[in-house]
Amino acid sequence: MSGPGQAGPVASALAPTGSTPGAPLLEVAGLTVLLEVNQTKRAVLRDVSLTVRPGEAVGLVGESGSGKSMTARAIDRLLPRGAEVEGSIRFGGADVAALAGADLRRYRSQVAMIFQDPRAHTNPVRRVGDFVTEALRTSLGVNAAEARRRAVDMLTQVGIDDGARRLRQYPHEMSGGMLQRIMIAAALLTGPRLLLADEPTTALDVTTQAEVMAILDGLRREFGLAMLFITHDLELAAAICDRTVVLYAGQVVEVRASALLHTDPLHPYTAALAAARPDIAQTAHRLRAIPGRPLSAFEAPDGECAFAPRCAYASDICRTAVPAPVELDGGISRCARAHELRGHLQEAPGD
Amino acid sequence: MSAAVPLSGAISRRSRAWAVLRATGPAGITSAVIIAAAIFLAMFGPLLAPYPPNLPNLSLAWVGPVGSHLLGYDFEGRDVLSRLLAGAQTAMLGPLAVVLVSMTAGTLLAVIAAWRRGASDVVISSGLDILFAFPGILLAVLAAAVFGAGLLAAAIALSIAYLPYVARVLRGAALRERSQPYVAALEVQGASARSICLRHLIPNIAPLVVAQATILFGYAMVDLAAVSFLGLGVQPPTANWGVMISENQTGILQGYPLPALAAGVCIVVVVIAVNVLGERLFEQAQAARG
Amino acid sequence: MLVASLLVASFLIFAALYLSPGNPAASLSGGRPLPPGSIRILDARYHLNEPFFAQYWYWLDNVLHGNLGISIAVRENVSTLIASRIWTTAGLVLYASLIIVVLGVGLGVVSGLRPGRLDTTTLVVTAVSAAVPAFIAAIVLILLFAVKLRWFPALGNGTDFLSNVRHFTLPAVALAAASLAIVARVTRASIREEGDREHVQTAVSRGIPARYVIRRHILRNAAIPITTISGITIASLIAVAAVVEVAFSLNGLGAYLVQSAENKDLAVVQGISLVLVTAFVVVNLLVDVLYAVLDPRVVLGSRAQ
Repeated sequence: MSGPGQAGPVASALAPTGSTPGAPLLEVAGLTVLLEVNQTKRAVLRDVSLTVRPGEAVGLVGESGSGKSMTARAIDRLLPRGAEVEGSIRFGGADVAALAGADLRRYRSQVAMIFQDPRAHTNPVRRVGDFVTEALRTSLGVNAAEARRRAVDMLTQVGIDDGARRLRQYPHEMSGGMLQRIMIAAALLTGPRLLLADEPTTALDVTTQAEVMAILDGLRREFGLAMLFITHDLELAAAICDRTVVLYAGQVVEVRASALLHTDPLHPYTAALAAARPDIAQTAHRLRAIPGRPLSAFEAPDGECAFAPRCAYASDICRTAVPAPVELDGGISRCARAHELRGHLQEAPGD
Repeated sequence: MSAAVPLSGAISRRSRAWAVLRATGPAGITSAVIIAAAIFLAMFGPLLAPYPPNLPNLSLAWVGPVGSHLLGYDFEGRDVLSRLLAGAQTAMLGPLAVVLVSMTAGTLLAVIAAWRRGASDVVISSGLDILFAFPGILLAVLAAAVFGAGLLAAAIALSIAYLPYVARVLRGAALRERSQPYVAALEVQGASARSICLRHLIPNIAPLVVAQATILFGYAMVDLAAVSFLGLGVQPPTANWGVMISENQTGILQGYPLPALAAGVCIVVVVIAVNVLGERLFEQAQAARG
Repeated sequence: MLVASLLVASFLIFAALYLSPGNPAASLSGGRPLPPGSIRILDARYHLNEPFFAQYWYWLDNVLHGNLGISIAVRENVSTLIASRIWTTAGLVLYASLIIVVLGVGLGVVSGLRPGRLDTTTLVVTAVSAAVPAFIAAIVLILLFAVKLRWFPALGNGTDFLSNVRHFTLPAVALAAASLAIVARVTRASIREEGDREHVQTAVSRGIPARYVIRRHILRNAAIPITTISGITIASLIAVAAVVEVAFSLNGLGAYLVQSAENKDLAVVQGISLVLVTAFVVVNLLVDVLYAVLDPRVVLGSRAQ
């Protein structure tokens, strides 16, 4: 099979890979991750399931400690030493956990990760050109001159015109926004089929955020790439993703088509998140915050719904067992009272 | 491994010190015990010596361990164990003096440079940079040449030689503290520079100062022992571990290694203990700064 | 900065003459009684009747022309005396530096890249070795390898190159022991730290083969702190070499310095001090330069601590 980088990103994204069309590109099922912290095992993800279809953009939303970054790392097999993983991750039908050596590297060049802080993720003592072309030269066997040519091309696509000059610079000579664009360009160069974007704009200032988001979204659509977009910003996810997955305390609490997320949410947490954001069109006497603080997976109590202590709709049934995911109107909700609350969540829960 | 101990809070200073010590782990605690024992010997060693440490008896030279002479006799027929116990005094007091002088002067200079910044900082930093050109032992030898051999000259020389290293580390920490918001808040409230430094800034860099002092003790001990070994520090017949190694070196070649080795082991054990404890304290100081 | 350091250092070394108790002529003579004619000669030669700074100027001028004065004890030119011994010291320091760089960095890299039993053993051994001062290492080595095993000679210089290597091996190991441990530990820590950095994760996440990641990212970046610590420890060898030379009865600058200090032969002490300080400053400068070469973020002259 020819290497993905040689056929060009668009062609490789649509080329058949041996899996049936319409089948999900990425399938995560029952993913549970335990990390070793101070010699105890702590859960950071519990029974997480999600799918991403080819060319689809899925948002992964959660507050700090929800486990969203861990999900991306688990998918790319970048978990720290001593991590225990249960459940399965399948890419193009193949079990990711079973990959090794050259297969693992090939997988990694098909799944491109874009990180939050571009400055921390680029080697400060090597030139930017080295960073951008490294994957092409070392694992895809492209020669230096050709790699540089492709890099300059891709830089133009992310809005950097004097690419040749930029490639000779060092990371500390550039702004955060420019570095992030370069990171996006570098990610796209290997012709990936899936983008894992881990809060790519959080570390940037607001105007740069909008620019970088536009570039990312535009290129993704142009190349027909699938994307898992991780963020804490529900609105942002809803704006550029077709579907959104909401994480709380290491569990998936809702999966919903982005368009319906605000008008018809299926879980109280999602509704609360949406309501907590101040709306410029309304006046409010007091911001509607969610009482308490977000929990991490290992802090969540065992026998009840993790959100129950902070939920305005909690009742006895919520405290008897961890709610199982239920399918509802094409989405999924992990609320024990999902059916009865359907249609009422977007109202204020009675101040 | 060792959790950071909070600097602030309503815990008393003594219990905080115990908490810091406990957080250094078993290695740190063992080291502290060894150091405490060495300090004890430094104070009471000469009194504890079973035999007179300075009484030569050449007919007994190099005789091995026998009876209550657990470590045998040295090259002049003196009881090795007694000489070790007596030698603890100069071996520990010298480095202690060096550390006190160096840390005090270093902290002062560092805080002044960090507080005033500008011209004061440039002058102090440049002056210290010049001192960097003199390695400790070289300055001690120079001092011995000029002022004559002896512990005092060597100790002062080493204090001066260590000054730039101490001041550089502490100046960095002091600069960081200086730019903390609480300092600005205190200044706005009208607190004087002296009170802010004495009551807030210095206590906040205290863990680093203690860690640095511990590590410095190890260096001072090694360097002073080396200078005594060279014959330019503590003078024979005064008992001192470094001097004992030099005195009994011929024994190694002649097949009587015990006296020199025993003194060497004493030095190494204390230095290891100081290094281990100092390293752990340093880690804690870093963690507390977060 | 280099020139300023050396200038001030030379001034301090010169001023040492005046710090010693008694008058300068007495210091120069080492306290030995002199006939009056000699005193007049000393006065003229060392310009002892002129203002302080003028004397410094004359002295510095002489130094820069290679004239370091005359040894009172041996009545020879200090420069000659230094020249005959400088290769002993230089050879010893170079030999020890080689051991430190090859073994210290090598050990640090291997144990940094592979956690496991080798790593824990390295940590323990280096913790002990770092605490063993050179002169104690010297006597242990003499005991083990010269007296008991008879593999190496115990004392003295050799006669030709090969026998010099034999004679200098134990001293070089003694000199290198503690520094080797420090360099190994810092190397290991740097490798570990670099391995945990995010940019290394990025490279791995892009499917770059492990050997490239290790070479181009971990080793290349760790080279900065490794070079710095190696340079600093090698610079410190310059002074500690004196102790090792005395322990092994080697005829080097350090041993001669100590001997002259005991004899109060101040001209020799000043001369050798100058040489050692200059060497020390130059090595530190080289470290600064290397640091700036390896790290493009740094402007020459600032070594980030």
